[in-house]
Amino acid sequence: MNENKAITVDKLTKKFGDFTAVDAISFDVNAGEIFGFLGANGAGKTTAMRMLCGLSLPTSGTATVAGFDVYHQTENIKKNIGYMSQKFSLYEDLTVKENINFYAGIYGKSNQFIKEKTSQVIANLHLENEVDKLVKSLPLGWKQKIAFSVSIFHEPEIVFLDEPTGGVDPITRREFWSMIYKAAESGITIFVTTHYMDEAEYCNRVCIMVDGHIKAMDTPPQLKKRYNATSMDEVFLKLARNAERAQAP
Amino acid sequence: MKQFLSFVKKEFHHILRDKRTMFILLGMPVAQIIIFGFALTNEVKNSKIAVLDYSHDVATTAITQQINASKYFEIKKNIINYKNIEAAFKTGNIKMVVVFPENFYEDLQHFNKAQIQLIADASDPNVANTLTNYATAIIMDYQNRITDERKLPYSIHTEVRMLYNPQLKGAYSFVPGVMAMVLMLVCAMMTALTIVREKETGTMEVLLVSPAQPLKIVVAKAVPYLLLSMINIISILLLSVFVLGVPINGSLLLLLAVSFLFTLTSLALGLLISSATNSQQTAIFIALVGLFLPTVMLSGFMFPIENMPLPLRIISNIVPAKWFYTIVKSVMIKGTGILLIWKEVLVLTGMMLFFLALSIKTFKIRLA
Repeated sequence: MNENKAITVDKLTKKFGDFTAVDAISFDVNAGEIFGFLGANGAGKTTAMRMLCGLSLPTSGTATVAGFDVYHQTENIKKNIGYMSQKFSLYEDLTVKENINFYAGIYGKSNQFIKEKTSQVIANLHLENEVDKLVKSLPLGWKQKIAFSVSIFHEPEIVFLDEPTGGVDPITRREFWSMIYKAAESGITIFVTTHYMDEAEYCNRVCIMVDGHIKAMDTPPQLKKRYNATSMDEVFLKLARNAERAQAP
Repeated sequence: MKQFLSFVKKEFHHILRDKRTMFILLGMPVAQIIIFGFALTNEVKNSKIAVLDYSHDVATTAITQQINASKYFEIKKNIINYKNIEAAFKTGNIKMVVVFPENFYEDLQHFNKAQIQLIADASDPNVANTLTNYATAIIMDYQNRITDERKLPYSIHTEVRMLYNPQLKGAYSFVPGVMAMVLMLVCAMMTALTIVREKETGTMEVLLVSPAQPLKIVVAKAVPYLLLSMINIISILLLSVFVLGVPINGSLLLLLAVSFLFTLTSLALGLLISSATNSQQTAIFIALVGLFLPTVMLSGFMFPIENMPLPLRIISNIVPAKWFYTIVKSVMIKGTGILLIWKEVLVLTGMMLFFLALSIKTFKIRLA
């Protein structure tokens, strides 16, 4: 396997009965890359991501994540990835600190590590006064940022973000993306799904899914050039115009 | 281990922070014991009755006095005409009327035979039945006394002894029933709810992506409720012994062991529900209809199983609460040891293992 590839996917397919949610997709994600996975609702993004996280077994095809096979080595994959779901994934009735302690605990981190890293994370987020507050008392944007920090707290090789900025205001989204950049700089590979096309511009490379197929995959500037468009939004509209399953966002 | 402890700690945070639910969980058994113990009772005390006496002689006066003297009856009114009986039932809160015909004492003296009519309000059949039984017993008592005076050559006296529960207290049968109910509710329903809640909020997904093993997640969720159930059992037992005066005649250890067994069975059932559903409403509904109702109806604590039609009697065998109820009643009230109830314990153990295995098997490791 290639040392520089965080994820390799070859003809990965998932069928639910007669319905083919993901149809023989192939791509590679380089280590340290911010890889955007775009598509309308129902295009198969989430299904593809779940297969890579070991939440769902592929129907056919092969894939490796952090060098481990998605069929037989899901336990190893789970140890090396972080995950943030599109549903908000912190416990509302726990404090910020308790949430961090809990998630760090299930990844088996030592108390020493948790203690040091917690104060570091809290300082980065400027949440010194909110550490012992219940998560439900915080605004959504803060919660999302904490959720992201928690998902990379155990220092995984790859983090999967499933529409992480849903329902968040534009300013918070910018701040969120600067956190993503920071994480990428520290060497974490970012795999992010989104249907906000402006966010696609932030990615190193994007892959656009339409009806379970990969329609295009390249850097945002290259894609704009190829489809003669001024923005990623336009690229997407041109590609998704003939989509059968769902409306473009 | 560290992972497991983090989980248990988190579950305790959830429970301790939700003060209202915790109050309900710990208060429910206390409330139920008190309600069942003092409000809902089959015993009939101080029922208001009326007397219609056409005879007014020594015998009728004696019987009337004896009835009035008993703690079961209170003579509210004397009716003078047969026609007024129905009016008395309708207007007053009279439950029964005792009618003595004319020449009662004379008939008794000359023909050795006299009749008394008991008219009861059977709109509540159980009460009517109990009242007429009590009244009959008092009248029989009187008859025995006068026959004793005459010294008849032959007579048969029935002597009744109520074993294990001489005062016929209702508490003897419902304490085990309440234990079954509370354990079923706390363990099965709460375990199901706590897992389904994580599915609803989306945190379950994150847990499944983490290296935590599903079995560990589930066991960690069950631990706090196991503890809570044990607290509930102890509070029920304390209340029943010290407040209701129900004795623990058998081994306390055996009683606790069996409760633990039943708790595990309930937890397994809760898990089974949680893997079958994705919403808290559905989970509550299934727990109530599928677990709680059978526990109340078919365990034998509300309605005797022997009186049920055959299909229901057969179904009652698959209700774990029936076995638990039988065991607890034997151990607590009759003081039975393990040697006589090992069959029931074996059945309950079998059920526990079966449901536990099934629930672990069905608990989804992968989401799709």
